[in-house]
Amino acid sequence: MLDNNQLLRFTTAGSVDDGKSTLIGRLLYDSKSIFEDQLDAIEATSKKKGHTGVDLALFTDGLRDEREQGITIDVAYRYFTTPKRKFIIADTPGHIQYTRNMVTGASTANVATILIDARHGVIEQTKRHAFIASLLQIPHIIVCINKMDLVDFSEERFNEIVTEFEEIASKMLVTDVRFIPMSALLGDNVVNRSKNMDWYQGAPMLHTLETMHISSDINKVDARFPVQTVLRPQSESHRDYRGYAGRIASGVLRVGDEVTVMPSGFTSVIKSIDTLGKTLEEAHAPMSVSITLEDNIDISRGDMIVRSNNKPEAAQDIEVMLCWLNNVPAKPRAKYTIKHTSNDQKAMIKEVVYKVDIQTLGRNSENKELVMNDISKVKIRTTKPLMIDPYRENRTTGSIILVDNATNETVAAGMIV
Amino acid sequence: MSKYYLNYLDELESEAIFILREVWAQFQNPVILFSGGKDSILVTHLAKKAFYPAKIPFPLMHVDTGHNFPETIQFRDDVVKELGVNLIVGSVQESIDEGRVTEEKGKSATRNALQIGTLLDAIESNKIDCAIGGGRRDEEKARAKERFFSHRDDFGQWDPKNQRPELWNLFNGQHFEGEHFRAFPISNWTEMDVWNYIKRENIAIPSLYYAHDREVVWRSDSWIPNSEFLVLEEHEEIVTKKIRFRTLGDITITGGIESDADTLEKIADEVAGMRQTERGNRTDDKRSESAMEDRKRQGYF
Repeated sequence: MLDNNQLLRFTTAGSVDDGKSTLIGRLLYDSKSIFEDQLDAIEATSKKKGHTGVDLALFTDGLRDEREQGITIDVAYRYFTTPKRKFIIADTPGHIQYTRNMVTGASTANVATILIDARHGVIEQTKRHAFIASLLQIPHIIVCINKMDLVDFSEERFNEIVTEFEEIASKMLVTDVRFIPMSALLGDNVVNRSKNMDWYQGAPMLHTLETMHISSDINKVDARFPVQTVLRPQSESHRDYRGYAGRIASGVLRVGDEVTVMPSGFTSVIKSIDTLGKTLEEAHAPMSVSITLEDNIDISRGDMIVRSNNKPEAAQDIEVMLCWLNNVPAKPRAKYTIKHTSNDQKAMIKEVVYKVDIQTLGRNSENKELVMNDISKVKIRTTKPLMIDPYRENRTTGSIILVDNATNETVAAGMIV
Repeated sequence: MSKYYLNYLDELESEAIFILREVWAQFQNPVILFSGGKDSILVTHLAKKAFYPAKIPFPLMHVDTGHNFPETIQFRDDVVKELGVNLIVGSVQESIDEGRVTEEKGKSATRNALQIGTLLDAIESNKIDCAIGGGRRDEEKARAKERFFSHRDDFGQWDPKNQRPELWNLFNGQHFEGEHFRAFPISNWTEMDVWNYIKRENIAIPSLYYAHDREVVWRSDSWIPNSEFLVLEEHEEIVTKKIRFRTLGDITITGGIESDADTLEKIADEVAGMRQTERGNRTDDKRSESAMEDRKRQGYF
């Protein structure tokens, strides 16, 4: 029955006060995705803490420190399935000092949910969350206007907030935005339609998530195949087999396609597309396959196979919107390892063009030190060319991370402009 | 162009294959941790897909507590033979005999936590730089925080508050000598996804997962199998029940459930209707609220 169901990944950002945990708890609880032993454990904890009733927010508690302090520190992933779709929630903390976690959670999401407390309307945090969603090019945004019960389920208040949000969104690159008035605490418009807001004609949150069109979220035009590894079985049945293994980053590849291998520039034709037990006539993103070519050319990890009539840019100087993730600030002109698809090179941050003031979303060209959670536009120079596309066109070939070789830690994440 | 999308099982499969190939490309000496349970069987099956038509390029590693279901060991040996891969066995009994770990005492003593020492020893002595596991984020709240590529320091410890961020499809396996990684290709799968996929692909699993008659005793809210290691309490009695296991661990701590599900279809249907989490029958997780987190910090699977 589930055979054609898609997977939808969405991210939530928020803090304790705006009811994010309650919303997730409600979504899981009302969609019957919580098991009895989990419910028993939460009931016991609620009682121990002196709460009346079940505190749904407790479902999202994770590590011991988080339970003790009542906060989310890191990204936590949660799963639920309805008869229509499978969902992955990347649950992230919402405060400014956790910008890096929000960016992490947003990087793979189809949908961002942004929570607004109906009493407070659009606040600084809302702007920041919307900015991160637009920066990470999350294709769809659901604005959950929560705690409607505390503003007498007022349609007027709802419309005011919609207008406020549209005003800030007009300055950002966001396309599909939907607004849902709800009370996560009482369950209005989360899974079940609200009886208190007849004036709202739209669907509750779950139904919106279940029916949203996401098939077009992946770039299907530009065929990009970063080679992960080369398969050479050298077995009796496959003596001369030489397969290029990878996951199609975008677009469609067919047997017979004329392809170019970058950066070498050699051309060939796709001979076969293989998976265990099946050979395919065509394959598309995000499938993992093995490709063989008609000609014997030198290809290894880090190379990219593309269609000859549609190539990415091979560049050594790239402009990137960079989020700094590490507590050690960026070292000017220091060398980092840059990871882009399956290609690792050395790179240097040549120039910080400007920093985004995460409070006002204005540009700051004076202070150029990059510290944790900073988002900035930088110029990067790499030792060898990367095969890039702009991030807004291709989330896979448009993204990079930087690794500090002194610590081996991932210190920055970037979106190619 | 709307036909160009994957259903959720294909997408999870593709993601897991991608991770397995990244492990192979980024590490020198990876292994698959193989317990004979459905999750490690699934990972092994996905590895077969990831490297076809070549064979799986890593050995399987089994941490043997000595308290096994005989069926599991038989199954393990069959898999190794079929795939033509090497098997590395880390033996808890040997660790005990050599005095590196000490057997727990008391009524609820198990060898569960002892596996940590043996696992880390085996990783060190075989110079393993990445151990691939079947851990899933939906299993348990500490596992919900796991990365696909999860760093372990040179004592094999996990620091959940200081993990490397993971964005897009960019995985960072860089490490210093003596450190290692754990990789979790099926992080995003739920128990239901695993069963739906096993059913779809018709993957062989140990007979223990199918309903069968077995001698059991009722303890800690589940049916604990009779074995040479079982010490009966005064009020307990051995009975024969038709049961099956939802997860497989040590024979001393893995509880079965009463069931008639003797085909993959029936198992998938039964799991879909379950109102208890699968680890609910594992006494190792019931010890405290942070039992899994504590063990994982020390180096557990």
